[in-house]
Amino acid sequence: MIELENVSYGYGGQTLFSQLSLTLEPGSFHFLTGPSGAGKTTLLRLCYSDLRAEKGKVRIFGHDAAGLSRDEVAVSRRRIGVVHQDCQFLDHLSIAENIALPLTVSGRGQEAAQNLPELLNWVGLGAQAKQRPPELSGGERQRAALARAVIVSPDVIIADEPTGNVDWEMSQRLLSLLTELNKMGKTILIATHDLAMIRATKSDISARVLRLKDGQLVQAGAEL
Amino acid sequence: MKALLELMLGDPQADRAVPQTGTTVRLTVFVAAVMAFLAVITLAISLTTNRVASLWAADLAQSATLRLPADPATADALLAAALDVLETTPGVSSVRALSQEEQLALLEPWFGPDLPINALPVPQLIEIVTNGEGYDASGLRARLSAQVPGAILDDHTAWRAPLLEAASRVRLIGWSVITLIGATVAAMITLAAQAALSANLRIIAVLRLVGAKDAYIARAFVRRFTLRAAGGALVGVLIGVAVVALMPQGDASSSLLLGVGFEGADWAWPVLIPVMVAIVAFFATRAAAFRRLKEQT
Repeated sequence: MIELENVSYGYGGQTLFSQLSLTLEPGSFHFLTGPSGAGKTTLLRLCYSDLRAEKGKVRIFGHDAAGLSRDEVAVSRRRIGVVHQDCQFLDHLSIAENIALPLTVSGRGQEAAQNLPELLNWVGLGAQAKQRPPELSGGERQRAALARAVIVSPDVIIADEPTGNVDWEMSQRLLSLLTELNKMGKTILIATHDLAMIRATKSDISARVLRLKDGQLVQAGAEL
Repeated sequence: MKALLELMLGDPQADRAVPQTGTTVRLTVFVAAVMAFLAVITLAISLTTNRVASLWAADLAQSATLRLPADPATADALLAAALDVLETTPGVSSVRALSQEEQLALLEPWFGPDLPINALPVPQLIEIVTNGEGYDASGLRARLSAQVPGAILDDHTAWRAPLLEAASRVRLIGWSVITLIGATVAAMITLAAQAALSANLRIIAVLRLVGAKDAYIARAFVRRFTLRAAGGALVGVLIGVAVVALMPQGDASSSLLLGVGFEGADWAWPVLIPVMVAIVAFFATRAAAFRRLKEQT
């Protein structure tokens, strides 16, 4: 699905990581952990072509990301649902319109009428459909972001600290939604600090936990 | 054409993705209205000048004047010979020797009403009206010099040439002003579109995150600015036409200032102005949007 091979990236002349490799197989579930500033968000952005690797190769659905045009990147994003920590909504639209946005921009706006009610109920936001994003709580916004990420039935879901702003109960709820998606065959990559959440998930599904530290990506072990 | 059609039909959901921004809306509409108003006034003056100059030139081109020498001894013979030549000249539809009263009326502005014309050697004038079919002024001059010595044929070229030249200059100035107005519309709309794009960078980032192509993002801005510009231009044209209609009207052949306005096919121009402003806005916004989206990669 997504493959990073000997990838290097840095900011302002300083290398964040180098010679980093990662493969997301279809239907796999990965957690990405590591200290703040280690490059977790950068790694995720490389996975959905929001950044271009300085060295090495990034292949997205078999295509070399370096050779993708802006429109080809846009088409590849329709197969990758992204959940940001800060959600990134359009505040002048309702939650329902925000969730339907991936369908709208891909010319499938008419499908929203069929999919939205079920999706809103799935994330428990049926009553908030007409509200604007600023009117929702952090947990509700995260669930709405998840709903937006999955409305086009993407192959891969990438989430950056999806539980960063919510309480334990809500993080468990979000996680159960993500594991449910993985059981449906979706590939999941989650960047998180929340080791308790990882432990809780590992008891339910087979997840691979990766730790990004000092520019290296290693399999996490005993601390979990 | 397909892009323009899609633009007009639009996608309400896509339009809603970008919020309305009040300042750029008002700026675009205002600039388009002012420029369209100026374009209407310029067109009215330019087209009227051209029309009146053509009218005057056509009148002058269809007539000529033959002046016979002021010699009382030969006057009658020369007049008879001249009329004979003129009546057998191809392209001459009518010939008329001016009466003494008519010649007196022509001289009156300079010499007063009491001029004793009978006592003065005044050249006899003959008015010639041509129909243009086979009329050859050079050939006529040659025949006159042979058969009516001293006769001078004035085909009004000296009057027509500067008149047509002046009309041509006014027309050129008019189109130059229209071109400048078009360029100003393009520049102002480009600036307004760039401001709107810069104010919506976060929205563009979100749209890209969910898979929007550049064309989709650009379309939301292009459609909005095109319709705003066309709407503003329509208002400007209506005001401009109203102002032109309020100008004093009269016989344009007597005074240029009495005939400013649109006639017949000229009315197509003010109708076309909003369309042309919309086309300029479409391409200006499209270029600005794609340039900005490329920079933001």
